[in-house]
Formats: sequence, structure tokens, C-alpha cells
Amino acid sequence: MKNIKILFKLLIIFFFLQNYSWAETSGHVDKISKNLRCLICQGQSVYDSQSDFALSIKILIQNKIDEGKNDEQIYDFLKNKYGEWIVYDPEINKNTFLLWVLPLILFVFGGILILRKVSIR
Amino acid sequence: MSKNIKLISIVLFTLFSFFILLKGLDKSNMYSPNIQKSKIDFNFKSKYLFSEDEVFLNELLNNEGWSLINIWASWCLPCRDEHVFLLNLKSTYKLSIIGINYKDDEKNAKQFLSELGNPYTNIITDPKGINSIELGAFGVPETYLIDNKSKVIIKKFIGPLDDNSFVELTKIIQ
Repeated sequence: MKNIKILFKLLIIFFFLQNYSWAETSGHVDKISKNLRCLICQGQSVYDSQSDFALSIKILIQNKIDEGKNDEQIYDFLKNKYGEWIVYDPEINKNTFLLWVLPLILFVFGGILILRKVSIR
Repeated sequence: MSKNIKLISIVLFTLFSFFILLKGLDKSNMYSPNIQKSKIDFNFKSKYLFSEDEVFLNELLNNEGWSLINIWASWCLPCRDEHVFLLNLKSTYKLSIIGINYKDDEKNAKQFLSELGNPYTNIITDPKGINSIELGAFGVPETYLIDNKSKVIIKKFIGPLDDNSFVELTKIIQ
């Protein structure tokens, strides 16, 4: 009877551990796939989409995590295959320069306008 | 005077914004890679269709001439339309065509080939769609022309082959 109890407890622990590790890794896939654009869907991330493309990307991310690849390596792999467009967070280069700099310019310009108005008053 | 300048600049800015938006609307939402020629890692293992044996994709590519990689599935309707072009390429140009059977059921794939004919020199499977991602694919059907010597994708055809892509393909391989 005692043995059965111990076995039962072990089974419960094993079950929770299994569940825990699964939740952990799938959370990691979610985190990465939220930063990826589904290239065949309109306005959806890979995380949101149920298209074949997105589902395959999610499996691939899981495989890469299991292989021990870090986030950066996974993003680089996908950028290499599909280009910069697949990530929502574009790097600064000559094509995306304006995208990064324009808000800063507008912010500084707006600040100057406000300061001028305030000082005139 | 300064009021006029302000008004004109606001109107010009609005027009400029609308112009940018209009340009954006014209652009297709479907992304296709700018680089047509790309070196791809063909060094992934996959199972043959109708067999348990596994093979690396690069083992299926010869050392000279051209190869065609075609991603297909029996459930994909456009694949039926392009099949006749593949059969033609195989019979007329003796092109080595490697099929990648995408997320398919073996039985259905067999029926598809016995119904429409088999243009493929070899067929490997991609049950989870991961191998296609290694090639940079978006889905089915997709066809890649490969220069066997340099192992470089010379041309990607996203979507089914049609008259235009057939002409383009034959021009390159001739």
C-alpha cells in the first residue's frame, strides 16, 4: 500500500514536471513567434496565424530551441531565409534609417515648437 | 503672408501623406524576396515518399545541368493545374525534377500521381513543412530552378507554373 502511494506521488510529480517544461518551451515559442510577421497573412503575426506557413514556422522555432539555438540565432536564420521583413523589429540600415530617425526628428521639432510657444508667452 | 505659407505647407504635407498612402495601397501585400538568386543550404535530411529510406537533398542534385525542385501536395488545387507543365518539362527537356511532398497523406499522394502522371525523378516528404522553410518557401505550389554546379537557386516561382513561367523557364535552361 505504502509503495503504491509513493508510486502515485512520483507519478503526480512527473506529470507536473512534464507539464511545466512543456509550458516553458511553448511560452518561448510564443515569445519569438509574436515578433515574426506571417508573410502570407495580412496584418497577423506568426503567433496569431493558423496558416500552414505559420504553423510550420512555430514547429521550426521549437526544433531550433531544442537544438540549443538562442533567440538571436533563430531570428538570424529566418531573416536569412525570408529577409528583414519577417521580423517586426527592423534593424537600422540604409533602408530603415528613415523609419528610426523620423520619429526622433519629429519629437525634437515638436519640442522646439512647444518651447518657442512657451517662451513667447 | 506667414499664414498663407502655413496653409500651403499644411496642404502640401497632406497631399504628400496621401500620395505615400496611395503608393502603399498599390503595392502588393504578398511579400516576395527581392533576391532571386540565392544560395540555399540543401544539406537537410528527408524521407523518400513511399519508402522509409532517408536522403540529403544535395545528394539528389547532379553536378551539372539544371534541377527543378517543386513543392506540391495532393490537396493543393493549383498543383493540379501546374502538373501538365512539369510533365512537359520532364518529357521535352529531360529535366531532373525533385518533388517535395508538402504536409500530405501518402495514400492521397499516390492517387494524385497515378491519376495525373509522375514527372518527378525523386520525391521526398515534408510532413511538417520545415524542409520547405529551409528552402525559404511560403507554401504550395512553389518551384525553384537550381544550377546544379553552383547549387544556387537561379529562379523562384511562387505559386503554380503557368504559360509565362514555363516560357521563362525553358528560355533559361535552353
